[in-house]
Amino acid sequence: MLKTTPLNALHRAAGARMVDFGGWDMPVHYGSQIEEHHAVRRDAGLFDVAHMQVVDVQGPGARDFLRVALANNVDKLKVPGKALYSCMLTPEGGVVDDLIAYFFGEDSFRLVVNAGTAEKDLAWLAERLAASGAQARLTPRRELAIIAVQGPRARERFWHAFPEAKAATEPLAPFNAAMVGDMMVARTGYTGEEGFEVIVPGVRATATWEALVGAGARPAGLGARDTLRLEAGMNLYGQDMDEQVSPLDAGLAWTVDLASPRDFTGKAALQRDGQRQEFLGLVLTDAGGVLRAHQKVVAAGGEGEVTSGTFAPTLGKSIALARLPRGTQPGDTVKVMVRDKALAARVVKAPFVRHGKILVS
Amino acid sequence: MKLPKDLRYTATHEWTRREPDGTVSVGITDHAQEQLGDVVFVEAPQAGRKVAAGESVGVVESVKAASDIYAPVAGEVVAVNGELSASPERVNEDAFAAWMYRIKPTNAADLDGLLDAAGYEKSAATD
Repeated sequence: MLKTTPLNALHRAAGARMVDFGGWDMPVHYGSQIEEHHAVRRDAGLFDVAHMQVVDVQGPGARDFLRVALANNVDKLKVPGKALYSCMLTPEGGVVDDLIAYFFGEDSFRLVVNAGTAEKDLAWLAERLAASGAQARLTPRRELAIIAVQGPRARERFWHAFPEAKAATEPLAPFNAAMVGDMMVARTGYTGEEGFEVIVPGVRATATWEALVGAGARPAGLGARDTLRLEAGMNLYGQDMDEQVSPLDAGLAWTVDLASPRDFTGKAALQRDGQRQEFLGLVLTDAGGVLRAHQKVVAAGGEGEVTSGTFAPTLGKSIALARLPRGTQPGDTVKVMVRDKALAARVVKAPFVRHGKILVS
Repeated sequence: MKLPKDLRYTATHEWTRREPDGTVSVGITDHAQEQLGDVVFVEAPQAGRKVAAGESVGVVESVKAASDIYAPVAGEVVAVNGELSASPERVNEDAFAAWMYRIKPTNAADLDGLLDAAGYEKSAATD
């Protein structure tokens, strides 16, 4: 039995093609994945991400607990509403999950974790919390739903639908959130475009979605979500990193705070192992196929592997994220094994696209 | 399901049409393109290639996935639709017009062994 979000009936009524996405019945597209992708780059798209899990961390010691549980440093969070992207690590330095932590007060943090890993994450967090001795409580907020509205006109369309939220959300800087009544509005996303991620009570999800559609935002499925995040050079948990992969080998060194004296789970392993591979972008330059996860890459310094690959609608070319031998650099040419052919690809630094502009040639 | 009655089909989602010159056009069905989503790459077999029935002879890739194209009958590839390498989206626009390659069958009677529209519909419903 697949799990459903509160928007399931709306997707079906809109003619979405539904797929089993890690146990959730989710829309992959509503007709054309490529058109939905372009809608987000050019105007505004709407994503049901209510399968993702909100977990509140509240009570005494919340910050101390997260300081140890997360690889990024929650001490960077000082202003209420500020968000931080981080990984949680195994003691061996592998990635348990990636998440966003929001700060609302010394005793009040909110985490948003991936859907497919939610149960594992909750168990892992509970175990860490018990070990830390902190009095804080973990509360999975299954009754909340997340809707993302993304694109150059996303905020404008959001304000058209929710004029009462404009005063509180117009001043928001990127990676900041505000509470508007029982709605949390965060200037975050997974597309490389402007926009908001909105957390509402599940019972209001349908009305929120319909208001945003009424304001001109176009429903977009998980297919477009994947091509958009890949163009934006953003990692996908389970593909670009997992428990066997160090964040340092997944392009996530910028999210790991090794500089502060604080200890965190996985720190010793990261310091011991250091970075062992490069994590870079590829642009396919030969015709002959599409880059896909698990394809073998042959570089001057040895072999690597594509971790995520697709056809990128904004570039009209195939692109990928790949783990490559140390020393491989942007500008290098590598070969990717696409079925029985070795196709040339250029190594580039991600992102490929940001705010509608192509950043790689 | 859009399924012209005058075509013959394979269980692997190819359609075939007997042309007046005795060759057979091959494409993928509307159902197949719908399953694949936006098609971004088509690789048909080279003209002159001898193929066996059921042999994997090419590939169609969508944003989502890659899928093999199979030869419906034994024969020789005699023509390739070059338009699809520049405009693979034709497959989504009209799957039954977007022929991928033409084959000269070794034995024209082999076509009679393929599925008719009703047979294909039944087959596609169970996979």
